[in-house]
Amino acid sequence: MNRPNPTTARLERHDDQTGLPALRTWPRVYLLVAASFLLWVILLRALTVLFA
Amino acid sequence: MSLLDFLVLIGSMVGIAVYGAWRTRGRRDLSTYLKGDQTVGWVTIGISVMATQASAITFISTPGQGFQDGLGFVQNYFGLPFALILVAAVFLPMYRRLNVYTAYEFLGQRFDAKTRLLGAGLFLLQRGLAAGITIYAPAIILSTMLGWRLDLTIILSGMLVIIYTVMGGCEAVNLTQKYQMAVIFGGMVTALVILLVRLPASLTDALTVAGGFQKLHAVDFSLDVKQRYTFWSGLLGGLFLSLSYFGTDQSQVQRYISGASLRESRLGLMFNAVLKIPMQFAILLLGVLLFVFYQFEPAPLFFNQTAWHQAVAGDATHSAQALEQQFTALQAARQQHIQAWLAARHDGNVPAETSARAQALADGAHSDALRTEARSTMLATNPGLKGNDADYVFITFILDYLPHGLIGLLVAAFFAAALSSKAAELNALGSTTTIDFYRHLVRRDASDAHYVRMTKWFTFFWGLVAVGFALFCHLAENLIQAVNIVGSIFYGVVLALFLVAFFLRHVGGTAIFWAALAAQTLVFVLYFSLNISYLWFNFIGCAACVGFSLLLQAFMRNPPASNRVPT
Repeated sequence: MNRPNPTTARLERHDDQTGLPALRTWPRVYLLVAASFLLWVILLRALTVLFA
Repeated sequence: MSLLDFLVLIGSMVGIAVYGAWRTRGRRDLSTYLKGDQTVGWVTIGISVMATQASAITFISTPGQGFQDGLGFVQNYFGLPFALILVAAVFLPMYRRLNVYTAYEFLGQRFDAKTRLLGAGLFLLQRGLAAGITIYAPAIILSTMLGWRLDLTIILSGMLVIIYTVMGGCEAVNLTQKYQMAVIFGGMVTALVILLVRLPASLTDALTVAGGFQKLHAVDFSLDVKQRYTFWSGLLGGLFLSLSYFGTDQSQVQRYISGASLRESRLGLMFNAVLKIPMQFAILLLGVLLFVFYQFEPAPLFFNQTAWHQAVAGDATHSAQALEQQFTALQAARQQHIQAWLAARHDGNVPAETSARAQALADGAHSDALRTEARSTMLATNPGLKGNDADYVFITFILDYLPHGLIGLLVAAFFAAALSSKAAELNALGSTTTIDFYRHLVRRDASDAHYVRMTKWFTFFWGLVAVGFALFCHLAENLIQAVNIVGSIFYGVVLALFLVAFFLRHVGGTAIFWAALAAQTLVFVLYFSLNISYLWFNFIGCAACVGFSLLLQAFMRNPPASNRVPT
């Protein structure tokens, strides 16, 4: 079995980390994006209903 | 426009272009020329992706869309965040791992050479045909409103973008897009602030009036397929279109593969996934507030005043003037009814509020009818009249209500948007022609300097095609729609090539190649035999290509030899 190249392994570790506080993994970032979408839909729906 | 406006416009546009060309001059390394110096951070990538998507039409026409139809158009972007998540999680890591210059190189590595050439060829055909529109569409509006010569507007803006894109390549595009977006946002925020300050009602009253006229109907969960904008069509259709555009269109792929690392590229995409919906909402809201503004302030019967004055001059029966008089009288009555509506609302007098509101809405419907009649009158005197009058609403407000200097800033913002998306398109067309055709078919072992020189020539060539196309756009009445139709005819099959590459790993190059040709033929046949909206061909092309590839692969004896992409 090939040993992983140390440079590649270091780069992959760097890419796996998002560098964002409290959102350390990519699935969490994607979840935040989905949550912000949901929030916008709720706010836009509220605007629709409030001023209908 | 005054001298000050021209100074702001020319200073900002030429200044950014010269700075971009100077900072990136003398790049001879192919990787740097096509993908930047690989130190680009996520903010630059995020802005660059946003600037590439947002053309001048976004900032000129979207407020008009809000003025005419309200906020409902925002639903068209509901699929975009999920498409960007898919691109960041699936497409981007593969592009970076294979270290490709173009998205179509990936098809070559995953399938074979013929599939790569097919994907690249479809992109060049579609993007090359659309190339003139990003210059023509804002030029026709700005030249009409500002009294400039259309041909000179197209040639000067076209040459400016060609010069800095050819000189600096991808790095110049990324760099200039950052400053162009600063001009765009500066201009749009200034316009919004001035509109809010000049609005003769409080924000709550303004929203009440907008809501009364159904302009705040932002989310519609209806399952009626005849509704133009619904939550479901936006989510599903938007996902499909955004995935095609962000995942497979080289003008976007080239922006995000230029990141310093996978992390920077991903964050740049997520930046757009979070900000795109609020940005479109803000631009549409600007249009809605313009609608409210023109309920209190005198509005022209027809916002494209140049065309209107021509119609009045050529109208022997004086029906145009009669319509204008009716509209002015109606406008005064409507203002009174709206004032009464808001006063009754403040007093808590519900019956009076309901009555005044009904009268105001009836006035609004009558105004719309007069506008439709005015358009018919204009078409009678000028049958070649093109474009939607709502496209002229925002620019009319800018010219009538903004102080000198700021008019120049806003016009600069429109040009910045046109140049930033055009630069990305030319950059992508030049790169694809060099990497997927010239280097692959004509000269395989030349030096980097040679390929950079050839990319510059191809970029220049596509720039001339775009300018030439824009100059002759007026010869075909429905050319803009024709280009959209061409895009929809090809986009589905291109997306299918990538979806099969990523998700159906047992399908090989020969199966997908013939499936793509069969699907494309089917789309052509259906286009000429079925009377359905052209947007459906995106889905039909994609579904047919995926289905045919599975069928063909099932009948092929040998496993695909070309399925060799590392996972």
